Amino acid sequence: MKMRANLWIGGGFFALAVTAALLAPVLATHDPVLGADLMRSEEPPGREFWFGSDTQGRDIWSRVVYGARISLTVGVVSQLINSVIGTVLGITAGYWGGWWDDLVSGLTNIMLAIPSLIFALAIMAILGPGLFSLLIALGLTNWTFTCRIARAQAMALKSQGYVQAAKVMGSGDLSIMLRELLPNMAGPLIVIATLGMGGSILAEAALSFLGLGIQPPFPSWGSMLSDARDNIRAVPWLAAFPGLAIFFTVLGLNLLGDGLRDILDPQSRSRLP
Amino acid sequence: MLRLILKRVVNMVPTIAGVALVVFVLFSVIPGSFISSLMDDGRGGMDPAVVERMRRELGLDDPVAVRIVRYLGQLVVGDLGTSFRTREPVTRLIGQRLGASLELTFAAMGFAMLVGIPLGFYAALRPGSLIDTAAMIAAVSGLSLPKFWLGLMLMYLFAEYLHWLPSFGYGGWEHLILPALALGVSPMALLARTTRASVLEVINADFVRTARSKGMSETRVVTWHVARNALLLVLTTVGLQFGALMGQAVVVEKLFSWPGLGGLLVDSVVQRDIPAVQGGILVIVLFFLVINMLVDIAYVVIDPRIRAG
Repeated sequence: MKMRANLWIGGGFFALAVTAALLAPVLATHDPVLGADLMRSEEPPGREFWFGSDTQGRDIWSRVVYGARISLTVGVVSQLINSVIGTVLGITAGYWGGWWDDLVSGLTNIMLAIPSLIFALAIMAILGPGLFSLLIALGLTNWTFTCRIARAQAMALKSQGYVQAAKVMGSGDLSIMLRELLPNMAGPLIVIATLGMGGSILAEAALSFLGLGIQPPFPSWGSMLSDARDNIRAVPWLAAFPGLAIFFTVLGLNLLGDGLRDILDPQSRSRLP
Repeated sequence: MLRLILKRVVNMVPTIAGVALVVFVLFSVIPGSFISSLMDDGRGGMDPAVVERMRRELGLDDPVAVRIVRYLGQLVVGDLGTSFRTREPVTRLIGQRLGASLELTFAAMGFAMLVGIPLGFYAALRPGSLIDTAAMIAAVSGLSLPKFWLGLMLMYLFAEYLHWLPSFGYGGWEHLILPALALGVSPMALLARTTRASVLEVINADFVRTARSKGMSETRVVTWHVARNALLLVLTTVGLQFGALMGQAVVVEKLFSWPGLGGLLVDSVVQRDIPAVQGGILVIVLFFLVINMLVDIAYVVIDPRIRAG
């Protein structure tokens, strides 16, 4: 019963974030960027400003709702890049073996040793701040786990009868990888992707908080929190709501990932605590 | 034993060289440079002659291959180059900040281990109980919290509202508490989950049933058989988390104005002070590798099976 609870509660939180992102123009009560009104700055939560207003008099509720678009875009797109890189490298390394496997494994070990946030920071330094840079930086730095699992699965699966049969029937390498190997490792890869999306959202918030991600005045949850840092005494609600939004979105993805793992990848419960 | 340690140290060399190479190549393809970042600070164009001289002085005129070989050569003798920004040796810049980073990392990991491991252990001994459920809800929440937001909330509560602790800065133990908590909560959560999972795995093992059936007391079964075997699995997580923590500290250090490597890295990234960024990354990677090497060695010390095999 407990694993169903994970799935439903997690899915619920995530669905809320997706709804906020899709319906942002409907849900927002003010303009998230241009709605500045210095006469009404730093107002506590109330009927006009549900989550209060920030130092420039912008409505925090509207900014949080629009912020969901940025967070989810970064989470989904960068994780997609990671999944594709990790899966392609992992399957080919595991299936072909040889020097290619040595090369991929070496690269994976190097990537594992560099903390992903630091690596993303370095890439942001090269590309400069902004949404596109974030997608690239976070998409290139978190594929190692996917790669390891895909490689291990490919190595285990390639000696299975049905893969051998496909080979005898004359299937090419590409067709074997796509038709035989990939569907049989999809479960664990989906679980990693779900958990990785949460990680990407946290990393986007951290980079934007450091001033290297989404630039003001655009409403990213991370950059809203960096405004809040300097005004924590006067405007505590500015810090509270964007942080809660990040927390519940990531919590949703983590619970969803746990729940999916129980269903899709039951053997791995001890492998991925 | 000595041979094992030597072997581990030698194994680290290719990884370090690989990391240095990857980082170096990454920064060699940067379109902008330190000099152009000086130029677009709003003070208008720079004299081309000055730009030319700076490029020569900083060694940016040589081909990439020459620079890589030179950098790796310096690395062998422990020279991380000279900072573009302050013209100081990078090793000195890092040396000034490494102490504070280590202090924060050790404090955070100490907290994570002292709370996370007993929590996971306790939860596993009573699976399905209220305490187990609460501990696992706390653990998954701890993993979902942005560290800097947690830090911000702690700062508001304990510094701005209750005035119990200083809100930022570096000094005595009272300055350490909030940053260490903010940094330590997510490894604590992960350790609690790992410990619970590995205790649950061990507790149904044959040797535990044997110990029980021969009349061993429950306390002795748990401390002697379950704990020893479960903690072996936990050790891997400790190593990985510990090693990664210094990198994760960047945001927390920035939030609490903690004078560690994180601040140095962020400032250097913003100003494209490449030698400082490379040096900072290498030191953080080295820390990760050393911690994991120590964990590998600890395995051998703790587990006689590995020693024999």
